[in-house]
Amino acid sequence: MNKRAVALLSGGLDSSLAVRLLKDQGVEIKALYFYTGFCITEHKRRLGLKKENGQQYVNPAIRAAAQLQIPIEVVDISQEYFNVILHPKYGYGKNVNPCVDCRILMLKKAKDIMEREGYSFVITGEVLGQRPMSQTREKLKLIEREAGLEGYVVRPLSAKLLPMTVPEKLGWIDREKLLSIKGRSRSRQMELAKKYGLEYEQPAGGCCYLTDENYAIKFKESLAVDGLITREDLVLFSVGRHLRLPSKTKLIVARNEGEAKFLMTLKHRYDYAYRKDGKGTFVLIKGDMPEEEYQLVADIVSRYSKREPCYVILSIKGEQREIWAQPIDNASLDSFKIYTKKGAMR
Amino acid sequence: MNLEDIKPDVVHDVVGTFCPVPIAETSKVMKSMKIGEVLELIADDPGVVEDIPAWCNATGQEFLGMYQEDGEYHLFVKKVKEL
Repeated sequence: MNKRAVALLSGGLDSSLAVRLLKDQGVEIKALYFYTGFCITEHKRRLGLKKENGQQYVNPAIRAAAQLQIPIEVVDISQEYFNVILHPKYGYGKNVNPCVDCRILMLKKAKDIMEREGYSFVITGEVLGQRPMSQTREKLKLIEREAGLEGYVVRPLSAKLLPMTVPEKLGWIDREKLLSIKGRSRSRQMELAKKYGLEYEQPAGGCCYLTDENYAIKFKESLAVDGLITREDLVLFSVGRHLRLPSKTKLIVARNEGEAKFLMTLKHRYDYAYRKDGKGTFVLIKGDMPEEEYQLVADIVSRYSKREPCYVILSIKGEQREIWAQPIDNASLDSFKIYTKKGAMR
Repeated sequence: MNLEDIKPDVVHDVVGTFCPVPIAETSKVMKSMKIGEVLELIADDPGVVEDIPAWCNATGQEFLGMYQEDGEYHLFVKKVKEL
């Protein structure tokens, strides 16, 4: 009866192994996969991107659950997660990744499901010392306490290095069969994957793109300049080149066909510009752009459309204008980029 | 079974959303369905072609089949156990 647990499964190597280890101890496991709205698979599919071999990007958690033969529930926490990312109690990591708050939210949700559905504890693939922000001994303890799960989170990969949990004390699971992995090296995990014949996604890092540096730069710049971030902005930060004009109007320039296609789906809500003959990029215009910048935008479109002089169509508040444009020079263009080539914030 | 003969009990349209949203939606809708009922999921994320059968495999639900029409996928899933 007590050998039932819910597991946080991202589909990466660590969480898959954690599940496998306890499944081998006869624990009945249900996997939980949390949708935060920052999923790399979703992002790639939205832009129509495919793997080098032409295959679709597959959600690693779904694949892992099928491989491990355990049921999986995809839990949508994107609404609540929006507040977490804007106001994380425990701050951000290196970029805009609120890892500690994120873990707390996920564990709280896991606790609800655990209690509602008659499971007894929670399994995670966390490894002591693997991630500087959220996987130190102190942070693991804090996360567990804040989620109201003290003693009920089993981390099979590092269990022997951590305090004994309730399921171990009560003999539901055997501590001796758990592991003592620590740190960033993944060689032990890879060995185990080989032993169990587990396939997993490479590289590691789960399915979250908030740890991406370019994403973080756009996020922070927007918060500083606009003072407001919407849910749609959170998606837009992951698409296109972002330029900021002197009027504070923002341009989002598609870098490829997938991005252009995606940005076009937002045409009804924003102003936009494109090369008239269709041989070029698509630019979404965010903000109230003064008329003196129309030429500038047209020149930017021309620069990103084969660097050729061309006619550009500007659609401003539903009204279309045709402007003859010359590609803007690199120095001027650089001054509008949200970050310089060195990656430093302006 | 012929797909044309299937009379879905619930039709759910998730066109415009991408993985993992179609799975989350499928999971949510199927929870409220009775055992034996059939869901027709309509999606345009080409990834559902792999995701939904994999999800059925993991959760023990029955994947009945799918067809593609005008860039949209129609997938049929029968609820055979509680979620």
